Amino acid sequence: MSNNNSVTFSKEELARYNRHIIIPEFGLEAQQKLKAAKVLIVGSGGLGSPALLYLAAAGVGTIGIVDFDVVDDSNLQRQVLFGVEAIGKPKVEEAKKRLEALNPHIKIILHNTQLTSQNALEILKDYDVVADGTDNFPTRYLVNDATVLLGIPNVFASIFQFEGQVSVFNQRNEKGELGPNYRDLYPTPPPPGLVPSCAEGGVLGVLPGIIGSLQALETIKVITGVGDTLNGRFYHFDALTFESRTFNISRRDDNPINGKNPTITALIDYEQFCGVKAVEKPIKEITPEELYNLQVKGEAYQIIDVREQSEYDIVNIGAELIPLSTVSANADRISRDQKVIVHCKMGGRSAKAIRELEEKFGFDNLYNLKGGILAWIDQVQPELTKY
Amino acid sequence: MATVIIPTPLRKFTNNTARLEVTADTIDKTVNELTLNFPDLKKHLLDEQGQIRSFVNIFVGNDDIRNLQQGQTAVKADTVISIVPAIAGGVA
Repeated sequence: MSNNNSVTFSKEELARYNRHIIIPEFGLEAQQKLKAAKVLIVGSGGLGSPALLYLAAAGVGTIGIVDFDVVDDSNLQRQVLFGVEAIGKPKVEEAKKRLEALNPHIKIILHNTQLTSQNALEILKDYDVVADGTDNFPTRYLVNDATVLLGIPNVFASIFQFEGQVSVFNQRNEKGELGPNYRDLYPTPPPPGLVPSCAEGGVLGVLPGIIGSLQALETIKVITGVGDTLNGRFYHFDALTFESRTFNISRRDDNPINGKNPTITALIDYEQFCGVKAVEKPIKEITPEELYNLQVKGEAYQIIDVREQSEYDIVNIGAELIPLSTVSANADRISRDQKVIVHCKMGGRSAKAIRELEEKFGFDNLYNLKGGILAWIDQVQPELTKY
Repeated sequence: MATVIIPTPLRKFTNNTARLEVTADTIDKTVNELTLNFPDLKKHLLDEQGQIRSFVNIFVGNDDIRNLQQGQTAVKADTVISIVPAIAGGVA
């Protein structure tokens, strides 16, 4: 973000950025800072889509994108970077095409990989600002720790169902004082299982549009120095009640990465830190093919669907519906003297249901349908609707 | 009566109520009152030792109770208490 005076614009660029340059508080100087800046967007999904579109349109000179995913049709409800023709293709490449069509004056750098403890410092080190729009706790803490270790501001945005959160972490103010980071706000993540996963939780598509745009706004402010960023503040938006609150946050002495006695001096294993790797007792499984064979042989069995009513209405295979949150209350509906096959969309919730029923009620006849109803559709009944 | 704003992920444990009123005069008593009235909230707010979970922030007005008097922070009739758990995206 230095040497801005040497940054010049072509006639086409001056015309394109005219509405920025004529704002008295912004001007040519801020536009030069944008052009000189290198911003890395982690995740090109719901948050990354609007953030990337606005940062590219605004004229951020170099934009890096990290994502290892391919575009899926269920992404299009919110990931406005992509169209139908992008389905099945790598997100970073599709994003690059769209952004270059929007603004040919900027440079896009692709990192078609998963951000890990092994590659994060190497990828992040060349950027001035990082904007974190990922979708899981291990990557949140990884991005946080990497930006703290490298001394790079981290523009944080996160969403769930109807709620959004935005902050600017690890930024130095005009006096050179360092602001708080994610570990000051949330020292540790929730244990797995306590917070609903993506497939159960869902999100209203327009919410990442709102929150990702705020993330782009804060990124532009961090780069240009225009206005007051969310450094030391934590913004919270509730789309259901349309209430916004901005809380004050500060650094903590016991922050393990940059408090008084730091215990983390290098990147750690974030899957383990977030408990994702916790060893769980194995449960019995049945493949779609084996279930089909049971049906063909006419063997007695019961089949339970632990998804939600709304999912059941989209597609079902004639199972009894007992949503995950109600399995314990309905344990008496579950047979003990025959095989009971439990399924959900992909197999995660049904595994939770089986563990809960085995632990609380001592069932030993429960089988998880491997890959859930999606695998069943792929392997047995391709005519059914996938979602 | 102070007002507590319940975040959307926890509203399924409060009969889908976004705002609750409490008679308590401290944060600790507020949490007790909430978990007494809505027992399913307990494991989401408190750990096994009865401490507020580290991925749940409680703000009184605009300030984090960790920067005030923690659980002893006073609550008045016009106090607005916000419970804000960590969220990670969840749109994979």
